[in-house]
Amino acid sequence: MPAARRVAVVGAGPAGLSAAQAALAAGARVTVIDAAEEPGGQYHRTVPAAYAPRRPGHLQHGWRAFEHRRRRVLAHPRCTWLPQTSVWALERPRPGQEGPPRLHLLCSGPADGAGRPRRTLDVDALVLAVGAHDRVLPFPGWELPGVCTAGAAQALAKGERVAVGQRVVVAGSGPFLLPVAASLLDAGSQVREVLEANTAATTARGWGRRPWELAAQAGKAAELAAHAAALARHRVPYRTGRAVVEARGDGRVEEVVTARLRADWSVLEGTRRTVAVDAVCVSHGFSPQLELPLAAGCALGERAEPGSDTAGTRASGPSGSRGAPDAFVRVDERQRTSVPGVFAAGEITGIAGAAAARAEGAVAGWSAATGGSAPRDPGTRRALRALRRSRDQGRAFAGRLARAHPIGAAWPGWLRPQTVVCRCEETDYGSLCAAFATEAGAAPRVAKLNTRAGLGPCQGRICGPTVAELRRRLAGDAPDRPAEGLPAADPHRRPLAQPIRLGELAAPSAPLTGPGHRPEEESSS
Amino acid sequence: MSSRLVPTERDATGRGGRPLRITVDGVPADGIAGQTLAGLLLASGRSSWRQAPSGAPRGVFCGIGVCFDCLVTVNGEPDVRACRRRAVDGDEVTTGSRAVPRPTDGPESGTGEGQ
Repeated sequence: MPAARRVAVVGAGPAGLSAAQAALAAGARVTVIDAAEEPGGQYHRTVPAAYAPRRPGHLQHGWRAFEHRRRRVLAHPRCTWLPQTSVWALERPRPGQEGPPRLHLLCSGPADGAGRPRRTLDVDALVLAVGAHDRVLPFPGWELPGVCTAGAAQALAKGERVAVGQRVVVAGSGPFLLPVAASLLDAGSQVREVLEANTAATTARGWGRRPWELAAQAGKAAELAAHAAALARHRVPYRTGRAVVEARGDGRVEEVVTARLRADWSVLEGTRRTVAVDAVCVSHGFSPQLELPLAAGCALGERAEPGSDTAGTRASGPSGSRGAPDAFVRVDERQRTSVPGVFAAGEITGIAGAAAARAEGAVAGWSAATGGSAPRDPGTRRALRALRRSRDQGRAFAGRLARAHPIGAAWPGWLRPQTVVCRCEETDYGSLCAAFATEAGAAPRVAKLNTRAGLGPCQGRICGPTVAELRRRLAGDAPDRPAEGLPAADPHRRPLAQPIRLGELAAPSAPLTGPGHRPEEESSS
Repeated sequence: MSSRLVPTERDATGRGGRPLRITVDGVPADGIAGQTLAGLLLASGRSSWRQAPSGAPRGVFCGIGVCFDCLVTVNGEPDVRACRRRAVDGDEVTTGSRAVPRPTDGPESGTGEGQ
């Protein structure tokens, strides 16, 4: 029997855990890597073991299935679980050599600690399942303490039982606002209102098209209905076509200004209202975490319209959406990226939710473990067909989601010249407009150095897509002139994928050893 | 004070809570084991603990380790994301500021790696 293939899975959320399970079932030796102490990702974020919860599944959907999968994967003799571990760099193979990149890890230490051991890991296949984070569009006052992402409110409520405020407005766009509001209510906050920026007509059109597809998403629909019921029970108004367009306060948020929006998210004057709050939780969608896929060399593209001929994603055309906010990792039917030996699953291939992520993860894990070859036995073939069907249903759901909750083109109308766009460097909208007014100044690297937008500690993770979008609008398709020897500028390109201390970088690195990647110690099971 | 920990008696997760104590700029702050530093700071009524370059206050924004707004110094280690680091009994947390004297600002004084 040939030696089992070695598979590394980065990210232990719904997609990654599912990939690990499938790869183990297909006979691979699997290393699962996650920055957190426990698997689950953001979707299954739960209170820490130190809280000694009697009901850890409270607020969790699909908790029993998740618990079952987690135990199966972590206890498997061919699985190595690396919690609290960061992939800080991916090293591509030398020219002429094939295969996935080498992983550079910072192992098992408290977050941002010093002296974490540095390890390298070489595998036959790499599955990237690193997920996404909230995308928040800037508005005046969004940098005030008390303004946070909906994801932050959710992580604190579900993961630590901390309510970010007592009088809260939840605003932005998308169905994610509902579970966040429900978690806040559960944590004892008064949710003053939930604001969906898209008009009722837009959301109805998006959700209502091809209604028969929704039947396959019964689980998701039930989950959303439960959240909507919680809102109704607490008499929380859910308003469409209204947004938080300003946050105000002395040293922290004290009130927000909301306004009615047109379908393109321009403000209807005369509809502004002030609401007293001590916290506001905002999300306008999600940004895929693309630094590792880009480091591996994976091609990006827009998500294809569901039902169109091309499965998965389509390449960006000459009009160029590379680095656009809606760029995702391109994958084929088997979740293969453009790089041999590198697979992708979950939100980095398109925002489609946990069920689709699980299906994609299973297909990716299977492909990674088998090298992408078609299975011979009919049982496995059937199982794979069912997984692909489930994934395609998830993708159809993602397309529906994108149509029902698009980002309206007129949002920059909320901004003033002095509105902060880059939170780290406090670059304001006026400076960016000035930078993008000339062709020479609008080149991404020139604009970055002149305005400092994207140069701060977050390295453009928060403002990058926004700055890139403003550049496209204000400078049109002004050509990027990359300096010689440098790749084209991209808001997601970060050679150091995670912070590493100089002392850690200076310390020698050793290959990782363990059951996941040392064939001679392979157990008989 | 507006952010707070859900009281044990009405927490539907049925959690426990072993108390711990840290200091924040020398001032004691109480929390429970398992909390992140950000969770503990919020639950102790603080909304901000860092200053942006202009001196403007900052606290938690993304809550999942992406935005780097919540950085603190822990036991002498600078630039620790408070939302990702679990509090340990006795931790000495020092808050910080990125506020810098204005005239030294310039493109070459950056701390980031650029692209």
